[in-house]
Amino acid sequence: MAVTVPPRTDQLDRDTRRELYETMVLSRVFETEAERQYKAARIGGYCHLSSGQEAMTIGAMHALHADDLLVTGYRSHGFALARGIPPEAVMAELFGRVDGCAHGRGGSMHLLDPSRGYYGGWGIVAGQLPIATGLALALRRQGREQAVLCELGDGAVNMGAWHESLNLASLWDLPVVFLVVNNLYGMGTAVERASAEPDLYKRASAYRMHGERVDGDDLDTMIEAADRLLTAAREEHRPAVLEAVTYRYRGHSVADAGLAYRSKEEIAEHQRHDPIVREREKLLAEGVSEEELAAIDTHADERVAAAVQAALDSPAPQPDRLAYGMHGVGSAEQFARMRPGSAYGEEALTFDAGLGA
Amino acid sequence: MSTAEATTTTGTEVMTYREALRLALREEMERDERVFLMGEEVGVFEGAYKVSAGLMDQFGADRVRDTPISEEGFVGAGAGAAMLGERPVVEIMTLNFLLVAMDQVINHAAKVGAMFGGEVRCPMVIRTPNGAGNQLTAQHSQSFDGWFAGTPGLKVVAPASPADAKGLLKAAIRDEDPVLVLENLPIYKEKGEVSLDPEFVTPIGLANVARTGEDLTIVSHGFATVRALHVAEQLAADHGIDAEVVDLRSLRPLDVQTIAESVAKTNHVLCVEEGWPSYGVTAEIAARVQKACFDDLDAPVERVGMAEVPLPYAKELELAAMPHEERIAAAALATLGRAS
Repeated sequence: MAVTVPPRTDQLDRDTRRELYETMVLSRVFETEAERQYKAARIGGYCHLSSGQEAMTIGAMHALHADDLLVTGYRSHGFALARGIPPEAVMAELFGRVDGCAHGRGGSMHLLDPSRGYYGGWGIVAGQLPIATGLALALRRQGREQAVLCELGDGAVNMGAWHESLNLASLWDLPVVFLVVNNLYGMGTAVERASAEPDLYKRASAYRMHGERVDGDDLDTMIEAADRLLTAAREEHRPAVLEAVTYRYRGHSVADAGLAYRSKEEIAEHQRHDPIVREREKLLAEGVSEEELAAIDTHADERVAAAVQAALDSPAPQPDRLAYGMHGVGSAEQFARMRPGSAYGEEALTFDAGLGA
Repeated sequence: MSTAEATTTTGTEVMTYREALRLALREEMERDERVFLMGEEVGVFEGAYKVSAGLMDQFGADRVRDTPISEEGFVGAGAGAAMLGERPVVEIMTLNFLLVAMDQVINHAAKVGAMFGGEVRCPMVIRTPNGAGNQLTAQHSQSFDGWFAGTPGLKVVAPASPADAKGLLKAAIRDEDPVLVLENLPIYKEKGEVSLDPEFVTPIGLANVARTGEDLTIVSHGFATVRALHVAEQLAADHGIDAEVVDLRSLRPLDVQTIAESVAKTNHVLCVEEGWPSYGVTAEIAARVQKACFDDLDAPVERVGMAEVPLPYAKELELAAMPHEERIAAAALATLGRAS
């Protein structure tokens, strides 16, 4: 089914372009620092970086309205920052501190902020798609003219959850845009080694859904496409697949050097078309000075340094808050009679949200 | 609250387990616009087991939503809708089919509260019949109660009577967390007194002493409780044994306290479940009882469950595998050191 909303023709004004550039730079600097902190053992677990993907991320987030909803996989630092979560709360989460956006319970893969419409940060490939579909169903049930943007990687399109979610979304006319971030590799497996139809956007047609592929490394292209498809989702309740082709410079996670399955030359070739450099050139052409651009870099460095300091200053969660958040109001009484003969000692667990994280 | 609700009688009525579930759904859907039912064949077909008969006519196709055969998709969609404040009740045709949605149940719905630091909740209900019988064979005769009950973040209840079918389903719908309601095919037609009070709920986490006795505690849930109650009457009639039946009602949270109080009186425990005992509900009960009731026990904790084979088709073989009443009675006598 064709999307009937016409392409957006207005151009970004200079101030908006500069603000988006600032967020792109912030994302890059933040992740460079995250890798450094990971190697200094202040960040643990898995830590998936998205350096090189900033135009895709920040462009999609610019098209997403404040009252729209966002669901992502686990490569999501940039999405969280672009959605407006303070870098302090993101870094504190990576450090496992109480002031993190999930109070140190989620880490890098499980960032969220429902007050900003961000419903997670999910760690199982394609598992977030049914969740996003359900959020869109709730929007329809509540009669809200809002959309859900669901980010996923190229590796997710071969999971059953992808097919089931696309089918439900189209069958029920749900306002959800599935943003396929095609960075050419699912972990270390190239797209054409994993997908019988490597033109991933074409798969939407199997569900009578609009699909298209764009250059995810061009900010304007990303904004135009994401805005058009999100508008169709909001106004016509039609889901869509937006495949954004991009490239990640780092490995699958910090633990992966990223060179077993691709060459240094390939990475260098992509870096020659770096999305931040491309934006920088646009800004210079629009008359923004080198000094202003240098100030943006400095400001990003300062914000990330402040985020690291805030994370260092934030306390670790207390062991007596081990079960914090697990259960809702009234659960403490329900579990009170479970204690006799317990293996761990359920008396140590409290589900009382009122006690704080 | 509607006028109809305000004037509803608070008496009781004899109805089937199936009707009690339907009454719970109807009352909760009338009470709360956020409650909706979805699953395979729940609407036009009125439910594979007719639990939702008449509900689509009353509430419309949006609130009694037919789904494709797509459990991973619509269980996850239920979780997502719940995260945005809806109160979905997801019907799975049988527990066996929930296996294809395990990632959404265990890795997603169960994780929402804790993994996101309490920033968002997932008040979803999944209801599904489990258990064996009627020669449904290996892929359609299973009980995985312990798998789910062993997962932090979930709550699991298993009504054994029409009254609890209504009360526990209503409690599950009103709960802040994902709750799995384990129903049983053989009990759908069982009849019992059910409260007509729309505010009647059975609290989650509270076991029920379904029969009081002095000599032996039988701990069970779901259809095993129906069997246990029959066996208790036989034991009384044939052997003069007075068995107490503790119906768990809730598997997670588990009311160990009620079990322990019963064991302090009877000093003997038999645990019964419909599923395989290894790593199962009865294994958990036995472990808890030996620790909580060590000084009270006069005999080892005994267990009865499904024979540990994929359930065969032939009627004779199926019967041989089932935790039927003769096996429960024999285990009860053995626990008490009596010959059968």
